[in-house]
Amino acid sequence: MCLAIPGKVEEIIADGLIRVGRVNFGGVVKRVCLDYVPDVQVGDYTIVHVGFAISKIDEETAEQTLRDFRELGILDEELASEEEAFARAAKAPQSPCPDGGCSTDSQFIKPNTEAPAGNPDRSGSGK
Amino acid sequence: MKYLTEFRNGEIAQRIAREIHSVATRPWKIMEVCGGQTHSIIRNGIDQMLPAGIEMIHGPGCPVCVTPLELIDKALAIAAQPGVIFCSFGDMLRVPGTDADLFQVKGSGGDVRVVYSPLDAVELAAKNPDRQVVFFGVGFETTAPANAMSVHLAKRRGLANFSLLVSHVLVPPAIEAILQSPGNKVQAFLLAGHVCSVMGYWEYPPLAEKYSIPLVVTGFEPLDLLDGIRRAVIQLEAGRHEVENAYSRVVTFEGNRAAQKLLAEVFEVTDRAWRGIGVIPKSGWRLNEAYRAFDAEERFHITGIHTEESPLCRAGDVLRGAIKPAECAAFGKECTPRHPLGATMVSSEGACAAYYNYGRFISAEELATAGSGLTGAAHA
Repeated sequence: MCLAIPGKVEEIIADGLIRVGRVNFGGVVKRVCLDYVPDVQVGDYTIVHVGFAISKIDEETAEQTLRDFRELGILDEELASEEEAFARAAKAPQSPCPDGGCSTDSQFIKPNTEAPAGNPDRSGSGK
Repeated sequence: MKYLTEFRNGEIAQRIAREIHSVATRPWKIMEVCGGQTHSIIRNGIDQMLPAGIEMIHGPGCPVCVTPLELIDKALAIAAQPGVIFCSFGDMLRVPGTDADLFQVKGSGGDVRVVYSPLDAVELAAKNPDRQVVFFGVGFETTAPANAMSVHLAKRRGLANFSLLVSHVLVPPAIEAILQSPGNKVQAFLLAGHVCSVMGYWEYPPLAEKYSIPLVVTGFEPLDLLDGIRRAVIQLEAGRHEVENAYSRVVTFEGNRAAQKLLAEVFEVTDRAWRGIGVIPKSGWRLNEAYRAFDAEERFHITGIHTEESPLCRAGDVLRGAIKPAECAAFGKECTPRHPLGATMVSSEGACAAYYNYGRFISAEELATAGSGLTGAAHA
């Protein structure tokens, strides 16, 4: 429900009403609201959920988590641009099928637990 | 499982799993509340590393899944109105309403946009003063501070064309509802790590005490989850029921005070309907009187909604942990991520989508033979 990604605060900008940081997530830089982490300074690491820093963490933990998330494909998913996110969500369009008459995608169905671990659908923003 | 052996700490994971095996003397049922944790457990095969008697029951912590159908239908109606820019997280777009989803509304000419942050929607409102900009504010306590800030900023900037369609839900009342439900089998909970990073875990000791149940604050990575399970099993075996923090690198007892302060300023507690589960008293937040003018439900007055769920879908049973996804007759047949009947098959955090995407097609009969002990649970 609540995936959050660690990043390094590279710059803090006074943006009128809120404190905004440029935060680097393993190479992808995004604007992030820092109002909820008033003690975070440039060079600190923080975990970020939907554009908001919610907690400060140490560098080692942050870098390790970033490496793991990259390995697991979570980073690209979380940091997609609007167009990418839309395209990703569009990849698995749905249509309600209450009569059960629509396609079943049954080629994926395997009788046993040894079914392939593949077909990871990486759509969605992952709250 | 493939993923965990590829993972950097496969060896440490095996060690923690071995400890769980050596500690466990009896069967236990442990619920992970959070859909992100469900996803990680299934993706990494963590449940398959556990002793046969230790069963992970998947909880209702998928905001997309529990957003009530009526609100989805309202979102569809608002998004279809001319002059509206309807903004949402990507997950919501494919969630089936009664007759359509947000994608179909977009296909029919609605201006539906995926945003990374609710603040992007506030910027859209500033740039499009002649349009109504609505943000679909779903989520648990982790996401609520972002939505609270968006409406707070819109108010301070005088952006009268911004509004929030709110469906915030809260973890502690959901846990209590599960514990009070007839036939509940959950004996311990893994608490959602990032919910606790915002809220702390000061709300939980009374629950642990009242229901004599271990509660372990747990993170999302494979090692975090295994450690949370290990601590829960140790407590269960010792007959203890405490709140424990297995995610202390992120979570403190107090939580994020600055976020809690704004949440209290913007929201008030309300009864909330959870899709597939029903109304849970005092289980959500809505905008309070001072921010009511920014409530999209008030602004758009959508009436005449007649909701109808798929008769085949058992998402409610899945969300309550009463059945595993593959025990639903429609799973992988009428219901797939491409043609979802319920939201649990849509969201990346939904248990049905996780089971489908990671190849968990064990049948109900096989599960019963394996003695899951859950197949006789109540139907919706």
